[in-house]
Amino acid sequence: MPKIKSDKIFHSITALSGIFILTVLAGIFIILIISSFQSFSRFGFGFLFSADWNPVQGNFGAASSIFGTLVSTVIALLIALPLSIMIALFLVEYSPPILSTSVGFAIELLAAIPSIVYGMWGLFVLAPFLEKNIIPAFQNIKFLWFVFGGKVIGGQGVFTAGVILSVMIIPYITSVMRDVFKMVNPVLKESGFGMGATRWEVTRDITLVASLRGLVGATFLGLGRAVGETMAVTFVIGNGHNFTTEIFREGNTIASTLANDFGEAADQPLFYGVLMELALILFAITIIMQLASNWWIQRIAKKSGALN
Amino acid sequence: MKIYAVTVLIAFAALSYGCNTKGSVSGKNLSGAGASFPFPAYSKWAYEYHQKTNIQINYQSVGSGAGIAQIKKKTVDFGASDKPLKVEELDKHGLMQFPMLMGGVVVVFNIPGIKTGELKLTPEIISGIFSCKVKKWNDHEIVKINPTLKLPDEEINTIHRADGSGTTWIFTNYLSKVSPVWKKNTGTGKAVSWPCGIGGKGNEGVAANIKKIKNSIGYVEYAYSLQNSIPFTLIRNKSGKFVKPSSSSFQAAAANAEWEKTPGFRVVLTDQNGEDSWPITGATFILIHRVQPDKGKIKALTSYFKWCYENGGESAKKLHYVPMPSKVVRLVEKQWKTLTVK
Repeated sequence: MPKIKSDKIFHSITALSGIFILTVLAGIFIILIISSFQSFSRFGFGFLFSADWNPVQGNFGAASSIFGTLVSTVIALLIALPLSIMIALFLVEYSPPILSTSVGFAIELLAAIPSIVYGMWGLFVLAPFLEKNIIPAFQNIKFLWFVFGGKVIGGQGVFTAGVILSVMIIPYITSVMRDVFKMVNPVLKESGFGMGATRWEVTRDITLVASLRGLVGATFLGLGRAVGETMAVTFVIGNGHNFTTEIFREGNTIASTLANDFGEAADQPLFYGVLMELALILFAITIIMQLASNWWIQRIAKKSGALN
Repeated sequence: MKIYAVTVLIAFAALSYGCNTKGSVSGKNLSGAGASFPFPAYSKWAYEYHQKTNIQINYQSVGSGAGIAQIKKKTVDFGASDKPLKVEELDKHGLMQFPMLMGGVVVVFNIPGIKTGELKLTPEIISGIFSCKVKKWNDHEIVKINPTLKLPDEEINTIHRADGSGTTWIFTNYLSKVSPVWKKNTGTGKAVSWPCGIGGKGNEGVAANIKKIKNSIGYVEYAYSLQNSIPFTLIRNKSGKFVKPSSSSFQAAAANAEWEKTPGFRVVLTDQNGEDSWPITGATFILIHRVQPDKGKIKALTSYFKWCYENGGESAKKLHYVPMPSKVVRLVEKQWKTLTVK
């Protein structure tokens, strides 16, 4: 009997924990919807497409924040993804075991650095460095003026935010990719070598192809982290509410806007509602990404079933 | 099912216990929340008051907006705001408002070779720079009033606050008073739609950017320019004189204000008359409910604020704030007599 009783207790504890996390998630969602009602009834769906941001006159639009969030995230992925794959391949395939352990440890340490530290480093070191050494080179590409043009102040802008985000997501993508590469069936690789393929050919045609599923998963993990990152971005993005395609200019993300304006918006119902609606949009973006990645992974699983 | 119920009960008991102990604000201890601009002074006072009376003052520097929201919801005993509330708003929520400290917002810059107090600016130039119409440091308007300075042929980098703040409110209130164009296009607010420039988080964020970015200009609370030794400008005031920011020029601005005639002490100290007045001066305000739960609370609040007015001046001055003139304090103390119990 006692055995059954303890089993029951344990069962209910686990069930409660499960219910608890669902309740929290649903609670957040409901509160966000209720709180953003004021903003939604005022601006409707136009909120998503308007680049207005004037707290004095009470005109708000989410376009510049959504756009800034997406652009900074895409820049982060463009840098982090190839780098992470290279690092992971090196760790699994090429490096001697001692180096592999220490480099792997260093990468994992990157993930442990608090985001405020990244922010300070970005503000004091990275932004001035990019302004002096990297940005001028791009600005010389005159025919792409709508991407690389515009006035740069202190190197702070959407591009710099993307660079700092890339450093922050590299450890996540790398560690997932490392595990994925390790799990590739050795028989497959050995047969490749047996057929006289070079190491690069085996990597390209076997390891990478077999790891495609994991790659998508890792990408979305990094994406999820980059989209919501707040502190580090707020420090280096320049915090302007202009809607622009010029990536070196000041911009903002949903998360940085929330961090900046929440304290003073609390006594202005409309402004508060607007921030809540922005939070809801961020929530929706993450959910959509999660669903898309699940769908994609399932699709690929069907296609490449033979390899795994 | 029984076990479910028991577990839920235990969880609720734990939760409600936690809430009870945390939510208690009874006794003589006071809690406040709001403006970050006077926070250094308020936390110093809280410490000194605790040393002397063993009464704890818990002040959270969460921003004026959050402070106003919290005092309206009665989750704190007093709120603090850099932006004075309008009389209608005070009446609507049964609040009393009085000024506690004054300070100044200064325009700071970073131009290699030009030292603090050397650069002179007029209200027209300042609003021109922040609305991005004056683009270069060697603009003829700036050169005209600074003939002896070597101003660079460089673009001006403007830096403003990224977060909503009372400092921005005071600064944009000043710009709206001196420039009709600013008033029309941008206006006054704790967060405004800046025509250009990048935003730094907090006074310290703006200060860090100014120090780091050459040919930049921005605005910070006076103490931050001193602590970070960032050069500030002279500004031409309403009387046409170029003045230097200092405790005495802040005081001069306050002395000319008409506190008696303004209900709710809703005096805005920007662009005041007087030869020595610093044009971007501001006061920070305390908000309390006119009807208090009991006599003890009234006593606790008024004796604390009375102590602040009488003994807080010295430590406030050390932090580069300006205490309220005694004439104003007497008016405030008179108003405290109207506090009532439910």
